[in-house]
Amino acid sequence: MSENILELNNLTKYFPIKGKGILSGTKGLVKAVDGVSLTVKRGETVGLVGESGCGKTTVGRTVMKLYEPTSGQIIFDGQDITDIKRKEMKIVRSKMQMIFQDPFSSLNPRHTVGTIISSSFTIHGIEPEGGIEHAVGELLELVGLNPEHINRFPHEFSGGQRQRIGIARALALKPKLIVADEPVSALDVSIQAQVVNLLDDLQQELGLSYLFVAHDLSVVQHISDRVVVMYLGKVMEMAPTAELFKHPRHPYTKALLSAVPVADPKVGRSRERIILQGDLPSPVNPPAGCVFNTRCWKAQDICRTEIPETIQISPLQTLACHFPE
Amino acid sequence: MLKYVSRRILYTTILLLIVSLSIFYIFDLIPMDPARLICSKQCTPALVEANRHRLGLDVSVIEQWWRFIVGLFAGRTFGEDGIGQFCSAPALGYSFPRHECVTTIVANAFPFTLSLAVGAFIMWISVGVSLGVLSARKKGKFADRAASVFVLVGTSLPTFISGILILLFIVLKFNLVNPLELGDWHNPFTEPIGWLNTFFFPCATLALAYAATYTRFTRSNVIETSSEDYIRTARAKGLTERVILRKHTLRAALAPIVTIAGLDFAGLLGGAVITEGIFGLNGLGKLSIKAVTQTYDLPIIVATTLIASTLVLVANLLVDITYAFIDPRVRAE
Amino acid sequence: MSKFLEVRNLNVSFPTEDGMVRASNGVTYSVGLGETLAIVGESGSGKSVSNLAVMGLHNPTRTEISGEAILNLKSGSVDVISADTETVRKLRGKEMAMIFQDPMSALHPFFSIGDQIAEAWHLYNKGSKADGKNKALEMLELVGIPDAAKRINDFPHQFSGGMRQRAMIAMALVNNPSLLIADEPTTALDVTVQSQILSLLKELQIKFNMAIILITHDLGVVAEFADRICVMYGGRIVEDGTVEDIFYQPKHPYTLGLLNSVPRITAGTSHRLKAIPGQPPSLINLPKGCSFAPRCEYTSKVAGGKCSTEVPTLDVKNAGHLSRCFLSTESLNNLVKDKA
Repeated sequence: MSENILELNNLTKYFPIKGKGILSGTKGLVKAVDGVSLTVKRGETVGLVGESGCGKTTVGRTVMKLYEPTSGQIIFDGQDITDIKRKEMKIVRSKMQMIFQDPFSSLNPRHTVGTIISSSFTIHGIEPEGGIEHAVGELLELVGLNPEHINRFPHEFSGGQRQRIGIARALALKPKLIVADEPVSALDVSIQAQVVNLLDDLQQELGLSYLFVAHDLSVVQHISDRVVVMYLGKVMEMAPTAELFKHPRHPYTKALLSAVPVADPKVGRSRERIILQGDLPSPVNPPAGCVFNTRCWKAQDICRTEIPETIQISPLQTLACHFPE
Repeated sequence: MLKYVSRRILYTTILLLIVSLSIFYIFDLIPMDPARLICSKQCTPALVEANRHRLGLDVSVIEQWWRFIVGLFAGRTFGEDGIGQFCSAPALGYSFPRHECVTTIVANAFPFTLSLAVGAFIMWISVGVSLGVLSARKKGKFADRAASVFVLVGTSLPTFISGILILLFIVLKFNLVNPLELGDWHNPFTEPIGWLNTFFFPCATLALAYAATYTRFTRSNVIETSSEDYIRTARAKGLTERVILRKHTLRAALAPIVTIAGLDFAGLLGGAVITEGIFGLNGLGKLSIKAVTQTYDLPIIVATTLIASTLVLVANLLVDITYAFIDPRVRAE
Repeated sequence: MSKFLEVRNLNVSFPTEDGMVRASNGVTYSVGLGETLAIVGESGSGKSVSNLAVMGLHNPTRTEISGEAILNLKSGSVDVISADTETVRKLRGKEMAMIFQDPMSALHPFFSIGDQIAEAWHLYNKGSKADGKNKALEMLELVGIPDAAKRINDFPHQFSGGMRQRAMIAMALVNNPSLLIADEPTTALDVTVQSQILSLLKELQIKFNMAIILITHDLGVVAEFADRICVMYGGRIVEDGTVEDIFYQPKHPYTLGLLNSVPRITAGTSHRLKAIPGQPPSLINLPKGCSFAPRCEYTSKVAGGKCSTEVPTLDVKNAGHLSRCFLSTESLNNLVKDKA
């Protein structure tokens, strides 16, 4: 059995931009994900961070095969799932589940919690031990909800509770990998902590692996073993969490970390802060050379012409920069 | 912007050609043979063939269509070679039962239809929009409830009932209009009173249903726009409620109304069959109904159908261009 | 000396079919020129509602407001709660301005950025169209829009998120107001853009000597930006103090809980987060006593079960540091120490 539950090799996903009208063809390509390689080990949590438009969500969805990858390879649990058919994907999906950001819009408002969670069983034609109802009750208990609420509708729950329902649904088929797309960003701070702790507990208990997609670096730091930093569809840096936060090697990582406000006035105000100039360039026309060069304070001529190679610093650490820190 | 407009014009032209060709094919498929219909009692196959040749139906549909297109720009001679009738450009065809160029017939009917459409349009837009704005501003109050009764009546009353009621009560019972003058043509610029006499009540009939729909539409749009964040911003700037309503709310709330108003107006220009019938107006609607039911006068039918569809397409084009002026997000495409 | 804005005992409620939503209950705070007051709380804590009342932006037919909000202007003091709507309108944009969370929806999609800024200027200044445009250009340059002269005729959808918020700031400050209320101004933005916007606000505050009220849920932003903090919960202020007071000497169990529940980027190895159990209260059925009592771990330590029957008052616990809790500073400190 492979050590990795998930392996992405040079994954790309381009979205064509369609012109308006019937006669105009493709106008360009949004390079949402452009050559991403990463691994998630069994029982590990890998955080995928970056600003909006960096492609982190697209990576998550392509892994789930909600999007067809443009090129590259997705290996899940030792099986190459890049080109597998829909029928086979259904089997794979039972071992790989997703949690979404908005716990309200991802739950059907007309279905009871019981129906929502048991649909995981019925779709895959699985009859759990002790019957579906019993299994659903156990799942609700597992995520800290009252099993008696099985017949309630999503709107009767608060945001945090709805996210717990989403998690229960994802856990129904005992998956090995969970792709969590901004699972706590829509929640209030005090509720966020509850859900983060729940995800922690479930990992311990069930040996889950997480691909945790988020923009909130403090949450990612808290929950991840390893962090992948993305910018404009490319991986800038990947490192074990403690290493990345202590010694960021890529200028972008450094700037990103320094921009995160710290909930401690003395530390926060005395910190060196790098304020990046300008905005994210368009992923339709990413800059030549290193994609970060337009906002990088260290950029030299070579950064504007040559794409930096991704260097493997250690088995768990990579870096793509001409002038690392 | 210029690129957007020229591209839209190109699309519309292509679409017009396709639509007109389709119309020719559709009428070709209809199992009615005009060549036989105008044939006298002692009809022989040879006579039918001669008629067909005279009507120009003895060539392929594409050829018929092409002759029509050429005639539009260059004029055309209809009927037997040498002794036919010449209609000058834009020639829409020749009506043998009426011995007249279709263009002339249409030109006589169009002022009625245009008057009806323009009059009704002005009425329903002014009534519908102002009533809609009023009831949105006074949401839940008396004015809003009164408006909703109007909406209910207007939308549930079919034109043939409201039209007949108006005709019976206002025109005949109270004698506001001389029944003998009903449907008379008066030039609106030289005889405005006479024109109003003929058109006021038909326009009101037609406007009633539209006004009700527009009241409802305006009301919901104004209410929705009022709760937008940018209206709160406008208020936070310190603008007066008047400016907020007139400049910020209405601009956004009425933009979608431009779209439906343009198309509704164009639809009416094709002829308002029921209203024209009730009030005895010889407009395009009445013309096409007569052409279909009485003589099966194919050139007239084809011409009115084409005019109606052209008007809708052109209106669509104008609406899109207007909309691009109002909403900059459309322009960017 | 009185501060620029003094809000006293402000109540805001909305009658609904399900009952009265009591969004703000006896809220009292103040902010001086050049000072930044942060109002911190979770969704439904009443932080935005109170400030919308100060701006006079609630729909009067659907809101019940009482209390005072006094603006101490050079020309005299005005209570914006009791003043007539026209008086308050003339203060909006001129003396007090507001920016919002989502700058995309807060800008009118049909008008150019320049026109929207100029419109705000024309409202309180006499000048030609060209003057208004020049002023808009000057403001866009001030807030750091690159190529402002070229971008002035752009529409909001042509701007990036960060630039839109800059444009909102330019529009809010065009008449040089003394008070800026910023309602979650960076929540919709990426962190690198957030730090740009926050440092811009700080810079402009010093330049114009503005009072800023920052409404946010992000304790990190507060720690780096604010001078004073009011923590709100269930429509009430539960704690009020300086940044140092709140972060290093919290005197309310809710503040304590909130500080413990945020993961910190500087914390190093990952410890388990200390979540606050339960859910925030419904503003229709606020608990009879302290609104935090159902989630508080110290209620048993208060004599006679007062927490669930009586609303504690907002008491001075230290100079300039107020907390709405029956526990004394000492007993709270001891309880926290015992737990650790």
